[in-house]
Amino acid sequence: MTRQSSRSSTTGGLLRADLLLPAIAESFRKLDPRIMWRNPVMFVVEIVTILTTVLLVHDLATGHAHAGFAIQINLWLWFTLLFANFAEAVAEGRGKAQADSLRRTRTETLGKRLLADDAGCYTRTGLYQPIPAPELAVGDVVLVEAGDHIPSDGEVIDGIASVDESAITGESAPVIRESGGDRSAVTGGTRVLSDWIVVRITAAQGSTFLDRMIALVEGAQRQKTPNEIALTILLAGMTLIFIFAVATIPSFVQYAGGHIGVLILVALFVTLIPTTIGALLSAIGIAGMDRLIRFNVLAMSGRAVEAAGDVDTLLLDKTGTITIGDRQAARFAPVPGVSEQQLADAAQLASLADETPEGRSIVVLAKEQFAIRGREMHALGAVFVPFTAQTRMSGVDIGSRRIRKGAVDSVLAAVGAEAAGAAEVRAIADDIARQGGTPLAVADDGRLLGVVHLKDVVKGGIRERFAELRRMGIRTVMITGDNPLTAAAIAAESGVDDFLAQATPEAKLDLIRREQAQGKLVAMCGDGTNDAPALAQADVGVAMNTGTVAAREAGNMVDLDSDPTKLIEIVGIGKQLLMTRGALTTFSIANDVAKYFAIIPAMFVGFYPQLGTLNVMHLATPESAVLSAVIFNALIIIVLIPLALKGVRYRPVGAAVLLRRNLLIYGVGGLLVPFAGIKLIDMLVTSIGLA
Amino acid sequence: MSLSGWITIAAFFLCVVAMTRPLGGYLQRVLEGQPHFLGRIFGPLERGLYRVAGIRWEEEQSWVQYATGVVLFSAVSFVVVYALLRFQVLLPLNPAGLGPVAPDLAYNTSISFVTNTNWQSYGGETTMSHLSQMLALAVQNFVSAAVGIAVAAAVIRGFARRGAGTIGNVWTDLVRVTLYVLLPISVVVALFFVWQGVPQTLHGSVEVTTLEGARQTIALGPVATQEAIKMLGTNGGGFFNTNSAHPFENPTALSNFVQVLCIFALGTALTNLFGRMVGREREGWAIFSAMALLFLIGVGVTYWAEAHANPAIAALGVDPALGNMEGKETRFGIAASALFATVTTDASCGAVNAMHESFLPLGGLVPLVNMMLGEVIIGGVGAGLYGVLLFAIIAVFMAGLMVGRTPEYLGKKIEAREVKMTMLAVLCLPLVMLGFTAIAVVTGPGLSALSATGPHGFTEALYAYSSAAANNGSAFGGLTANPFWNLALGIGMVVGRFFIIIPVLAIAGAMAAKKVAPATSGTFPTDNGLFIALVSGVIVIVGGLTFLPALALGPIVEHLTMLRGTLF
Repeated sequence: MTRQSSRSSTTGGLLRADLLLPAIAESFRKLDPRIMWRNPVMFVVEIVTILTTVLLVHDLATGHAHAGFAIQINLWLWFTLLFANFAEAVAEGRGKAQADSLRRTRTETLGKRLLADDAGCYTRTGLYQPIPAPELAVGDVVLVEAGDHIPSDGEVIDGIASVDESAITGESAPVIRESGGDRSAVTGGTRVLSDWIVVRITAAQGSTFLDRMIALVEGAQRQKTPNEIALTILLAGMTLIFIFAVATIPSFVQYAGGHIGVLILVALFVTLIPTTIGALLSAIGIAGMDRLIRFNVLAMSGRAVEAAGDVDTLLLDKTGTITIGDRQAARFAPVPGVSEQQLADAAQLASLADETPEGRSIVVLAKEQFAIRGREMHALGAVFVPFTAQTRMSGVDIGSRRIRKGAVDSVLAAVGAEAAGAAEVRAIADDIARQGGTPLAVADDGRLLGVVHLKDVVKGGIRERFAELRRMGIRTVMITGDNPLTAAAIAAESGVDDFLAQATPEAKLDLIRREQAQGKLVAMCGDGTNDAPALAQADVGVAMNTGTVAAREAGNMVDLDSDPTKLIEIVGIGKQLLMTRGALTTFSIANDVAKYFAIIPAMFVGFYPQLGTLNVMHLATPESAVLSAVIFNALIIIVLIPLALKGVRYRPVGAAVLLRRNLLIYGVGGLLVPFAGIKLIDMLVTSIGLA
Repeated sequence: MSLSGWITIAAFFLCVVAMTRPLGGYLQRVLEGQPHFLGRIFGPLERGLYRVAGIRWEEEQSWVQYATGVVLFSAVSFVVVYALLRFQVLLPLNPAGLGPVAPDLAYNTSISFVTNTNWQSYGGETTMSHLSQMLALAVQNFVSAAVGIAVAAAVIRGFARRGAGTIGNVWTDLVRVTLYVLLPISVVVALFFVWQGVPQTLHGSVEVTTLEGARQTIALGPVATQEAIKMLGTNGGGFFNTNSAHPFENPTALSNFVQVLCIFALGTALTNLFGRMVGREREGWAIFSAMALLFLIGVGVTYWAEAHANPAIAALGVDPALGNMEGKETRFGIAASALFATVTTDASCGAVNAMHESFLPLGGLVPLVNMMLGEVIIGGVGAGLYGVLLFAIIAVFMAGLMVGRTPEYLGKKIEAREVKMTMLAVLCLPLVMLGFTAIAVVTGPGLSALSATGPHGFTEALYAYSSAAANNGSAFGGLTANPFWNLALGIGMVVGRFFIIIPVLAIAGAMAAKKVAPATSGTFPTDNGLFIALVSGVIVIVGGLTFLPALALGPIVEHLTMLRGTLF
């Protein structure tokens, strides 16, 4: 299962048939008041629904008339509850399916626990005892050989191996794990394909990465996020207000000399309180997490997803995010008296056997610009002189002819500082450095030919992405170890807003703190242990799955694909989650106007026939009006489930534009849609004779 | 409707707009303790007051301390006013020899003036001695207004400050507002009223023989001074029972115009103060505009409704072109009465220059709705601003999410605590307005006070409790308050005042401590037309929808019935 396939399969079937049946069963199970209690709005609906059902049973037992109408209202009230539960169950269902497949990979494995030798060291050749994975403790050291499953999360302390992590990442290509450096973390449940590693266990059973992942996708540990709590309070407050509004009606009606049944009051109450958003709120939250998971990003808390929507500053590593990893030859700059072609020819010869990306790019550039074809080393009788840290040069020897390319200082030292063209080479090199490039001097038998301009290649389309982010109000900061000159040049070329050159972990941390002190929320990604403090400090810290244990622990998200550009998408997903919440809240509350116009005349027209004037929708009878409003209120939940799960579309335009558009769709739409909807249902209900 | 009527309304609105900035600037100088003209004159007096009262004026307070100060101050005020009313017979300046005010009435009146409501269950000239009028009531007219402005200032500081633990000093704010804002403006306005013919004397009533030869007692007193602060402090408690309809309280069209201007003056200036203190005057203008929009709609509807004749009266042969002149003063006419009624209920003033009960149902509906919305259209001094900020918080919370960020207002995150406090404050109004009405219209003591039957009687009750909870104080008229009403209305006024003040101060405290996220293009702008429309929409939908069933059973059904020729 690759990332691409997983994404397409899930977006294709938003409401997959195989998930629907369990979700329906789950909707009934969730009627349990102890579960319902978590959602105040729907809990109140449940209480009043039980009340009306008890009354209905009582009425039926005593043989009251109008039972048909009462039964229908009752049914639709129960449907309202079930639809709400269904929305949540569907959202959870997708995670559950994923969790099940993860669980299957958590097979019972035996760990080979190594015993320390006399010196207290663990070696591959040391003795080991097989021990079931669940019994491993933190700090134990195990040997994992080709074909073994890694028994638990840990850090490689010896050896190197290729590991199949597809169980976690969905990526089938194996990855290398080795001791030391930033590739030392291994995950329980993954499998070593070749070679061996010695692993120190860092996670107790039950709190491994896989366990946490299962819990996350299942939503078992789902805590309400801060914004969700605030919204729940708002909705609970609105519910309370409408309790006052409805509970006082009987006394007003008594004054007016009329009578009003509990059923109608309950119908009015349930339609007025924000059931739409109340029903869909948790589904929206779960779906938001799910969108991230489908994107192969694991958010350790819902809080992090919300924070992602609020991010003001994005810290992006230069290499791999803004530029493609390698430098490429961009230009041949000869010294006076040497043609570009001569320089290109010599540079190509020097690079023929150079397998580094820089070397290959020189061969390609020479071919593209001067049609100099790559030649066979053997045919030339050339001998490759590889790069060494001492010479800092590489090249070829053809007979006695020695062609060299390398760092400017090294080449100049080799030909002697007094050589012809040395000053020119230096000038060109300085110029290239100023433009953010890396100069590579070329000499042919002690004669300086010129300089090859190696350039960081900015990824295609990245400039547009940054412009997009700027419209979203997000500032981008490039982090690089380069000197300020080079950094400035790349920053200018890529369109990034700011840069941090010669970045050390401390400088990174400082930058984050500085931004946060100004009230900004900062997102960053990182993989190394030295990134851990910054990852922990950032509001959204995305750790690469390839990174160290420390980095993964420090971040509040893990990107299983280890793709730093994803930070941009993560921000979009966070925004989408919040927007969906806002849109449905606004829609839900705007709906009330139409519902009032349906129910108020129906309620009062018995004793104040004049109020029939308020029946602007010309609903057929008072019963049909009330029933239609209740049916609309229930059905709108079902209708909006796909929107809740997919999320409101986010477009990177300014907030003012976004607000205008969404307010028009969900605010004004929320005012108008129910008028049409209730009228339509009323026509249906009357035509088939339900009321 | 006439052109001159519309011109009156337009001129009023333009004057309000023109006053907003200069007054806002002055308020800022006063409340931030910057040097200003009057400070040079009264500075020693201010510092003397602090010394006498032992106030450490430079010391800032947390929201809890601030709220405690407000509540304590109001509680002491209540006790003092109550005592003065009960013992007025023993005290000087009682030329008419009026007896002690009955306990329930004294309780109701004390709360009424302390909460800036000025609901009057009594006729001033026949119940209150001059001393009671001046020392109990007029003093509260000043200080209850000062409390409102002080709380508003504290709330604004909460929005303006970042990472702060304090929101000002309640005693300093009270002293400065009274000394530098309310007193000086009142003096000027009172002199203006005297010029217009409003009496200002400590003599008792005058006995005169009318042209018909009958003898008439004409009540007089220190009217002009009370009149000025009655308007400026959005108090509304008149010297005479008929309030600003009385020719001694409001003799001319010009005095009438100045009275309505005074009602809005400080409320609008506070929106400007808000903008100035949060660093962008546009934010203040946005709040002002949302208020102004609802005001203009209200005054338009009222004027339109009142310009129509009551069909029953027209049927008697009265020229329908006169509109509904019942209960209105001929020296003001339809437009000025409609304007006054709208303004006095938009702000929580409650003074009246016409009888709202005699308005046509839709004309009376507007003042009622204005109060139900919680007096946030300009609103009572201070109360209007902190009330509208509650709605702004709700608007920002609902719509702010739609731009894909957790909601923030002026760069400050709106979180669970703020939402909780906001909902608490928003909840208490319908609770009191609808709850007490529900009790009153089905119980004997409740019903016995109503003068009308049917929907009109219902509206009387609804109006009274709305007026009390919104701290407005205007009466629909027709009520004969009895102990039940005095007690219930008193509770309503306390809830409507302090169950809003305490939560908003809590919000201010929480907001002051927050950091401010700098605005970017991803931030939802709160100073443009969209936000204005949004806040107005939220005020109407969240604040108003709750009352729709009650309104349907009151003014709306009455209107529809009137169209069919039946009156109540």
